[in-house]
Amino acid sequence: MGRITLEGVQKSFGPVHIIKGADLDIADGSFVVFVGPSGCGKTTLLRLIAGLEDVSDGKILIDGKNVVNVPPAKRGLSMVFQSYALYPHMSVRGNIAFGLKMAGLPKDEINRKVEAAAATLNLTPYLDRKPRELSGGQRQRVAIGRAIVREPKAFLFDEPLSNLDAALRVQMRLEVTRLQKQLGTTAIYVTHDQVEAMTMADKIVVLNGGKIEQYGSPIELYQKPANLFVAGFIGSPKMNFITGPDAAQRGAATIGVRPEHLNIVGDGQGWPGKVMVAEHLGSDTFLYVDTGAVGTLTVRCAGEKGVKPGDQIALQPDPNRVYRFDGSGNAIAA
Amino acid sequence: MARKVTARHVAISTLAAWLVGFLIFFPILWMVLASFKTELEAFATPPSFLFFHWTTENYATVQERSDYLHHALNSVIIAGGSTLIALLIAVPAAWSMAFSPTKRTKDVLLWMLSTKMMPPVGVLVPIYLIYKNAGLLDTRAGLIFILCLGNLPIVIWMLFTYFKEIPKDILEAARMDGATVGRELIYVLTPMAIPGLASTLLLNLILAWNEAFWTLNLSTLDAAPLTTFIASYSSPEGLFWARLSAASTLAIAPIMIIGWFSQKQLVRGLTFGAVK
Repeated sequence: MGRITLEGVQKSFGPVHIIKGADLDIADGSFVVFVGPSGCGKTTLLRLIAGLEDVSDGKILIDGKNVVNVPPAKRGLSMVFQSYALYPHMSVRGNIAFGLKMAGLPKDEINRKVEAAAATLNLTPYLDRKPRELSGGQRQRVAIGRAIVREPKAFLFDEPLSNLDAALRVQMRLEVTRLQKQLGTTAIYVTHDQVEAMTMADKIVVLNGGKIEQYGSPIELYQKPANLFVAGFIGSPKMNFITGPDAAQRGAATIGVRPEHLNIVGDGQGWPGKVMVAEHLGSDTFLYVDTGAVGTLTVRCAGEKGVKPGDQIALQPDPNRVYRFDGSGNAIAA
Repeated sequence: MARKVTARHVAISTLAAWLVGFLIFFPILWMVLASFKTELEAFATPPSFLFFHWTTENYATVQERSDYLHHALNSVIIAGGSTLIALLIAVPAAWSMAFSPTKRTKDVLLWMLSTKMMPPVGVLVPIYLIYKNAGLLDTRAGLIFILCLGNLPIVIWMLFTYFKEIPKDILEAARMDGATVGRELIYVLTPMAIPGLASTLLLNLILAWNEAFWTLNLSTLDAAPLTTFIASYSSPEGLFWARLSAASTLAIAPIMIIGWFSQKQLVRGLTFGAVK
């Protein structure tokens, strides 16, 4: 079991208010991603749950029990650090076994568990190597092995893939997701990468300035962003925001249109503009169009479009996919 | 563009390195050679480099005139004792400054370093008087105490920089893994700090072994280490180069041997943190 509930959790470092009251209910076995720009408090929130920082106010419940005064090791959680934080003087075996050794398990049981964890993570051939003899991806797997071997109530991941190269990151992303589903253990994963968040999460927590902006499934966040911040943060390329008469006409202070919901239309319709940059990815074409009246719009066209910089085109949003926001940035219900 | 390294560059730089190395080593070599010459040959101009009458009589004379082992034992006790005590004080000090720094940590460190900026002779008279009144003159305890104090700032600084290099994440990982403070110290921190501790210990040992100002001024015979033993061969009635060289060779031999065997550790220690 690993249900984690936050009730009015606050954290200040001296006069700096980092977490301004977080309420959250994380269901047992779910994969929850904390995402947000740097400095938004996502890592602090994770460290509060881990017990590496003390809360200034509020409650953290693990399976219904308030743990704010329980030391980290007794919370039954395990953590994977961004820097891996492997013990450099211990072998892979020693690293994975350390938590079990501290828990005072008998030797043969430790060996059995370490070997099982190593097999799951394809680390068996490396068990007697030192961390410095491993590649980045292997080190990351050792860190994960150290986390799973203790059979915790929940895994806490602090940007675990940010030190890996792009190709390896995609591969490890899959591995982590597969492993979590296989073990069925609750996972909280911190990242600043919204693609990671969208692909891995059952539910995403979008944080900004120490506040939870929205909590929901990836598709919910994409389809029904609660406010301007979430709308702009989730989705790639970023949503286009338009203010002024075009927004007022639709009864909003700001309207948002995702690049994939802008269509190229014939002359005399929509917003005319000049293509500034065209990025041809093969599967998609990204156009950056200067419309003058509504600013620069990003357009995502499926497939290859034979558009060159300097071309004059007109853009029209899909009328069912226009997001409306009021003066304070909150979404207006359709 | 990568810098081109040609065979000629390598040859020139190798030659230059050997030349510099030889220049630095030459005085020591000259001292060792002089210790095997007769007093007359040691003085001769032009000096003979290798082709002279080799003799070990200087070593015999030195052994006859003074008790080498007595001074060597004093050196071992004073250098070893002061190093050990300095480490005992410095480890917790550096530890707390590295892992739970306060607003004043930097100032404290600088203040410690600033004590090394004063020439020791500036406080010779007061220290001498204190030692005289406390009955510490020419005692091993007195010398251990003063050398320990003298080297403490450097020891703390060195250890501080080592401890600072230990990533905090690893300590937190150990906490998450359920290690208590004691076990964290035994299983994680100490093994990681051992290279740093070892090179600090070695360097401090060498500094204490070679320290000549306080040992010469505060000891005469009973507690006199090898530095005093060397100095006793530079006498007002004239210098006996060969005998002085023999005494010096004997005095530096132990620390040279230790240094030679631990050079890897020392170099690692001194360049620690310079390159990641």
